[in-house]
Amino acid sequence: MKEKLKSLKDSALEQINAAQHLEALNDVRVAFLGKKGELTSVLKSMKDVAPEDRPKVGQLVNEAREEIERILEEKKAAFEKKLREEKMKKETIDVTLPAKKPMMGHRHPNTIALEEIERIFVGMGYEVLEGPEVEMDYYNFEALNIPANHPAKDEQDTFYINKDIVLRTQTSSIQVHELEKGKVPIRIIAPGRVYRSDEVDATHSPTFHQVEGLVVDKNVTFADLKGTLQQFAKEIFGEDTKVKFRPHHFPFTEPSAEMDVSCFKCGGKGCRFCKGEGWIEILGCGMVHPHVLEMSGIDPEEYVGFAFGVGLERIALLKYEIDDMRLLYENDVRFLKQF
Amino acid sequence: MNTPLSWIKEYVPELNCTTQEYVDAMTLSGTKVEGYEELDKNLEKIVVGKILKIEKHPDADKLIICQVQISEEGEQVQIVTGASNVKEGDKIPVVLDGGRVAGSAHDDKPHPDGIKIKKGKLRGVESFGMMCSIDELGSTTDMYPDAAPDGIYILSDNETYKDAPIGSSVPELLGLHDVVVEYEVTSNRVDCFGILGIAREAAATFDKPFCPPVVKVTENSEKTSDYISVDVQATDLCTRYVAKVVKNIKIAPSPEWMQRRLAAIGIRPINNIVDITNYVMAEYSQPMHAYDLDTIAEKKIVVKRAGKGEKFTTLDGQERELDESILTICDGEKAIGIAGIMGGENSKITDDVTTMLFEAACFDGTNIRLSGKKLGMRTDAQAKFEKGLDPNTAMEAMNRACQLITELGAGEVVGGYVDIYPEERKPEHVAYHVEKINKLLGTDIDEDTMIGYFEKLDFAVDREKKELIIPTWRQDIKCLADVAEEVARFYGYDKIPMTLPSGSCTNGGLTLKLRVEKIVRNVAEQFGFCEAMTYSFESPKVFDKLRIEEKDSLRDTVVITNPLGEDYSIMRTLPLNGMLTSLATNYNRRNKDVRLYEIANIYIPKALPVTELPDERTQLTLGMFGNGDFFDLKGVVEEVLEAAGLKEMKTYNPDAGKNFLHPGRQANILYGDKVVGYLGEVHPEVLDSYDIGTKAYVAVLDMPTVVELSNFDIKYTGIAKYPAVSRDLSMVMKKDILVGQVEEVIRKNGGKLLENCTLFDVYEGEQITEGYKSVAYSISFRAADHTLEEKEITNVMDKILKGLEKLGIELRK
Repeated sequence: MKEKLKSLKDSALEQINAAQHLEALNDVRVAFLGKKGELTSVLKSMKDVAPEDRPKVGQLVNEAREEIERILEEKKAAFEKKLREEKMKKETIDVTLPAKKPMMGHRHPNTIALEEIERIFVGMGYEVLEGPEVEMDYYNFEALNIPANHPAKDEQDTFYINKDIVLRTQTSSIQVHELEKGKVPIRIIAPGRVYRSDEVDATHSPTFHQVEGLVVDKNVTFADLKGTLQQFAKEIFGEDTKVKFRPHHFPFTEPSAEMDVSCFKCGGKGCRFCKGEGWIEILGCGMVHPHVLEMSGIDPEEYVGFAFGVGLERIALLKYEIDDMRLLYENDVRFLKQF
Repeated sequence: MNTPLSWIKEYVPELNCTTQEYVDAMTLSGTKVEGYEELDKNLEKIVVGKILKIEKHPDADKLIICQVQISEEGEQVQIVTGASNVKEGDKIPVVLDGGRVAGSAHDDKPHPDGIKIKKGKLRGVESFGMMCSIDELGSTTDMYPDAAPDGIYILSDNETYKDAPIGSSVPELLGLHDVVVEYEVTSNRVDCFGILGIAREAAATFDKPFCPPVVKVTENSEKTSDYISVDVQATDLCTRYVAKVVKNIKIAPSPEWMQRRLAAIGIRPINNIVDITNYVMAEYSQPMHAYDLDTIAEKKIVVKRAGKGEKFTTLDGQERELDESILTICDGEKAIGIAGIMGGENSKITDDVTTMLFEAACFDGTNIRLSGKKLGMRTDAQAKFEKGLDPNTAMEAMNRACQLITELGAGEVVGGYVDIYPEERKPEHVAYHVEKINKLLGTDIDEDTMIGYFEKLDFAVDREKKELIIPTWRQDIKCLADVAEEVARFYGYDKIPMTLPSGSCTNGGLTLKLRVEKIVRNVAEQFGFCEAMTYSFESPKVFDKLRIEEKDSLRDTVVITNPLGEDYSIMRTLPLNGMLTSLATNYNRRNKDVRLYEIANIYIPKALPVTELPDERTQLTLGMFGNGDFFDLKGVVEEVLEAAGLKEMKTYNPDAGKNFLHPGRQANILYGDKVVGYLGEVHPEVLDSYDIGTKAYVAVLDMPTVVELSNFDIKYTGIAKYPAVSRDLSMVMKKDILVGQVEEVIRKNGGKLLENCTLFDVYEGEQITEGYKSVAYSISFRAADHTLEEKEITNVMDKILKGLEKLGIELRK
């Protein structure tokens, strides 16, 4: 019996080894383990075995069966693996074929620049506010220390609706609205459209965008203004950016300054981009004029402030090296999709 | 404002720095340098030469061969030239082999990098350089009137240059070895519109002594008041009037040094008298005027407002019409000048003048500016007066001018003045407070250092009272903040530390409106819309282009009184013109599948004429052509609204009444009973007006309404545990019944059990009666707490069917 089982097993294993495909393997299974299989018939002949030998023989049969099944499974797994590999080989695609892109829109470069600015200042605790574009002359000029007949009023080439109402020439008008609320401390930025009667060309537009900044508190200093704007410049133009503050004049700030940043193209050595100067003018700023605070009901003896105004288009043009401002208002999608 | 550096150095003799150092330091201390030009930047190896011998060229009629001495030691070169104005013995500018000149005699303008000169042969004869005309030296005969217009500049014909050593530098000799610096002077620094003001700043910046001209007037023993009387009637517009008389005038060219300086700042030298007034104006920023005293009737000056409609001919020969707002200078009978702007033809100085009246006055800046605008005039004098001058400078300038008259031998200065100065301007006293200044600047500068800065600026300091006495030329220093700026300027803006504000915390962030706008941008972009920006002002003609009816209130606009042109004259009341114009631009440029959005304001006047600020309403405008139709846009609108916190059902009313949209393809978008916007296909006629040759779709959402309705509250509902049951409903109905109505019936009658209803088919055509359509819905029901029984579903379906019957809808058989 033992011998018979061994030869059976050997013959099964031989056939398994010889099998060339899954079906052949199945034939082996049927031939040995099937209902009419050889091993099954051995089990069926158990009745002829002496009762005392039956457990032993049974164990032998089971061992042979398990062995065959195990080898069968191994062989089957190997076949399946091979088959899958062959299938995948056939499924190979040209991964360099074009992507199927969903149509995505793009933000306007001005908005990208604005959101960048918002991100920086919101992180420093600034609130983002808006104000009216059609504005009272008082808020745009007078309350900012630019009285009637002040030459600065001419310089800004204002559009008038009537003698009291103008299209705001600067977002600085929002400063006054905010000061009048009388809630200090103030830390705000205020983006928006402004208007000046400049003819359209590559560097001028009768409407453009500014972002105004205003901080009012008890111990604000010019040094704080410098530090804040340096932080801003580094975040917008890169960590290596250097800033330079030059004295300037604005009626609503004193002391006033203009801020230049080191040219981000040449790093300050001087190139065509910065007209050889190594520096690029970015914004105007200063300490809020005590008279401005006073007019809006803030006690200049107790509170100080600083303010700044950035031209959004200027930042966008510089950052993205756009050479013609008109592109920003044409809305050609071939332009817009680059941002 | 341009000044040659050499002129600044006359008043700051110890100034010793490179041009770049000068420019950088001046900019940092507040006198911003816009740029500078080295006059001799393209002039190399140009020396004074003397022509020893001239021979004819053997092979060319128009050329001559010159032997030119180029050093005192007798060194000679041979130069071949085509110039015809030279003769033996002339001294001329010679550019030697390897040198450079600024331009050529044949071109109008200098070459940016100059022209290199090399030795060569002209028709076979060697030439080792070139003799120069004034153009080749980079200047013009306007600036050097004695130079030959089309020939070599003969230096030996000029009194000043004739003894110049042979071989010496010509740029040096002609004053071209100089740098002209251009400054941007801010409107508060009136004093810096004069060279003396800038020199004072330069001295303070470099901490060198400032040496203004020492003025001493030499005058005769006569009295000016015997020659002329002055009556200032408009004292509000003329704060000071200084008059002085000069007699025995000898008109002649002014000396070279004066001509050179005027040339360098772009003023053409004319004659000694005119040049002196221009020179003094450049130094002091005080315009002066000279009248021929013999033309002045009754020897009397009256300063008064012009009569209405008064005609007056200015010295440029133009007749001008004046009015009562314009200030005139008159004699006993008539106007002889427009104050501060231009003198009259009737009193101008001619070459025959013998006695003249010199005027140095101070006029109201605003009045001069407005008068200039009214007359359409813009003169140098006017530009100075506009800034608002210091009346005390008038006397200084008068004295300086008289000193120059004497020095130049241009005439005999008559003694005394007539000086009408009713209210003398006195220096202001402004307190300085060291601690407060440091607190404002964030610095720690001691008092002595600050006082050092004040003294450099000629501020008198009263240490006891902690007060500064501000000279009257510094009208910009009025309060402590102004003083702080002076300290900051000379301490150095760059030396002030950089810190971040301390103090109380603030809560940064965006307003709800801006947050919603950001969400809307993201959704629009997700669906392929690029952000556009268009102008807020446009032409009133756009209403016709958009088929807006004559009486429509959209035509009530905020109008700009001084627009750039009619095309930019009204503030928009609807945002479509910008969008359609941009779509058209893209269409014309053959861009395919264009989708744009804009978030910007419209401006709705509250009353006309405008007396208060208009209602500025932010609109989201979506526009597209190419791939996609009405329903694609509708889908985007729904996603936008959903994301903006309008999560309930939106309904659509086809009676939107928009004339600019296709009458059968437009709808108002409703959220509850509020209209939040509209969408539709653009009317073909409107497409034609914008030259868009394909269907286009637009949607407009009123953002204030959207923001008002937005709700970002989210409450979780449990995921269904019990199965849903669905029923399909296939109906036939009249074509004009909207599926929206069907859906409304289903939703109203579906009750709590209704989970969803989805349209899956709309069909017209075969098997359906003409004028009817078939519509099919899949309706699903679900209960949260049990599995639905057939009976429950039948009940609801019956209710729905009854509702539909009321609309005349039948089930399809």
